[in-house]
Amino acid sequence: MASSHGAPPVFNNKVIAWIDHRLPIFSYIDKEYNTFPTPRNFNYFWNFGAIATVMLVLMIATGVVLATNYTPNADLAFSSVERIMRDVPSGWLLRYLHMNGASFFFIAVYIHIFRGLYYGSYKAPRELLWMLGVVILLLMMATAFMGYVLPWGQMSFWGATVITNLFSAIPVVGDSIVTWLWGGFAIDNPTLNRFFALHYLLPFIIVAVVALHVVALHVHGSNNPLGIDTKGPQDTVPFHPYYTMKDGFGVICFLIVYCAFVFFMPNALGDVANYIPANPLVTPTEIVPEWYFLPFYAILRAVPDKLGGVLCMFGAIAVLFVLPWLDTSRVRSCTFRPVYKWFVLFLVVDVFALGVCGAHPPEGWYVPIGRLATVYYFFHFLILLPVLGKLERPLPLPSSIAEAVLLKKAA
Amino acid sequence: MVASGALGAVGVIAVAWPFINNLNPAADTLALSSTEVNVKAIAVGQAITVKWRGKPVFIRHRTPDEIKEAEAVPMAELPDPQTDDSRVTDTAKKVRREWLIVVGVCTHLGCVPLGTKSGDPRGEFGGWFCPCHGSQYDTSGRIRKGPAPKNLAVPDYLFSSDTLVKIG
Repeated sequence: MASSHGAPPVFNNKVIAWIDHRLPIFSYIDKEYNTFPTPRNFNYFWNFGAIATVMLVLMIATGVVLATNYTPNADLAFSSVERIMRDVPSGWLLRYLHMNGASFFFIAVYIHIFRGLYYGSYKAPRELLWMLGVVILLLMMATAFMGYVLPWGQMSFWGATVITNLFSAIPVVGDSIVTWLWGGFAIDNPTLNRFFALHYLLPFIIVAVVALHVVALHVHGSNNPLGIDTKGPQDTVPFHPYYTMKDGFGVICFLIVYCAFVFFMPNALGDVANYIPANPLVTPTEIVPEWYFLPFYAILRAVPDKLGGVLCMFGAIAVLFVLPWLDTSRVRSCTFRPVYKWFVLFLVVDVFALGVCGAHPPEGWYVPIGRLATVYYFFHFLILLPVLGKLERPLPLPSSIAEAVLLKKAA
Repeated sequence: MVASGALGAVGVIAVAWPFINNLNPAADTLALSSTEVNVKAIAVGQAITVKWRGKPVFIRHRTPDEIKEAEAVPMAELPDPQTDDSRVTDTAKKVRREWLIVVGVCTHLGCVPLGTKSGDPRGEFGGWFCPCHGSQYDTSGRIRKGPAPKNLAVPDYLFSSDTLVKIG
């Protein structure tokens, strides 16, 4: 096969040419993943989309295999997971890969989101691309939550109780929604059954939304660390081999850290209480969600009102949907935003502070810190972003990516 | 155009309903809806937990002091005002002030409040304390402090004798 920049590929293999003439999948792959013009100045933050994709595939692969040995029944679920751990060949490995895979999927996606925030990847013309990403985040949260219920341990049961009860705060229809989630009077066997069905379904919906995310990405191409548009071939390199190699390297580094957890500390990110079978009559002394939900859990608890807390928690994600319109600055990359740069880094500190508050019982200093951190979170998006965009004087932008890259090389 | 669109919408809703209705509790789940408890062994000041519809129910044999305390609270102080008498009346309208029967599920987010077992923290109001988010209930199971919006629910129950109660 021969192919050059922009020209349609010529396939030397007759079978491939025959297929491609009727169903142009090879032309598509060539256009989108081989010759696809990609900004030449990516840093390693641009690896995390590929890393998240690898984690998604890995979660589906391990999940499908685990499902062949798992029993979604309230009396049998816990012991079926223990059987996977002790009796099923390689079961322990697949389960630890899946369990830690969820955490590392979230790590990849959170870094990917930070990349978008810092380099302004959500700004025109990539608003829909960003919003599809937020949809993926929501679907991931729902999937992770339901997956965590399946082992039917104490934290599964009580986490599910607390989270499903969130919906009862909705006026009028709240109680019906909770009954529909439960399929009974409390979290019980019908709940476990439907959560299993949905936990198996949602990842495939995520795959579909990821496909849309990539389609939207490939309309205007990737953003880049300078946040300026590509202006011609001098600003880009073909996706293959440049970024297939760079992504491959990033994926391998990420998987090394992931494997260190899987093999040497597989339970470090989990909660020991989930190795106790679910007991509907005893609440654990402390209900703590998985680490990736802690900042949102802290926001929920920061508000001393049930409906208010629930609205703020969902609002923390909802605000991301309208982010492209909240940011009034025309400059994408924080590299050229001398003031906002520090605020976006402070937002990261703020989210970590929320995470710490979410991990501890709401007592002592954790209460005021959690509240302040919640206030800052919303202040950042709703007030600071719109106002600062008008006030801040950005640094001069380079005239092109090529110019900036070559200047840097010369210096 | 409008008419066929409207008819189409009706059709969509008619087809959607079985899918939504399917999420409701099944007949066998609904059938497990009552529990009978013998309360003879519960001494004054003691409380037990029984399971009803998959949820804990607290049965507390209240002391005269606890009853007095519950009755003395002014309604204005309660986030969810209910008299003590209205919470200790069975379905035959008989008031049994010594027996408080409530669903042991915090009305905030569904944790089981502490205070039933001896030695449990019972909060500032002598009833129950929810460890999850700090809600506090009084000796009538009414919410007094913390994020929970409502009192602990009182299930339907009926004393068939002085020692036998049917919940549900």
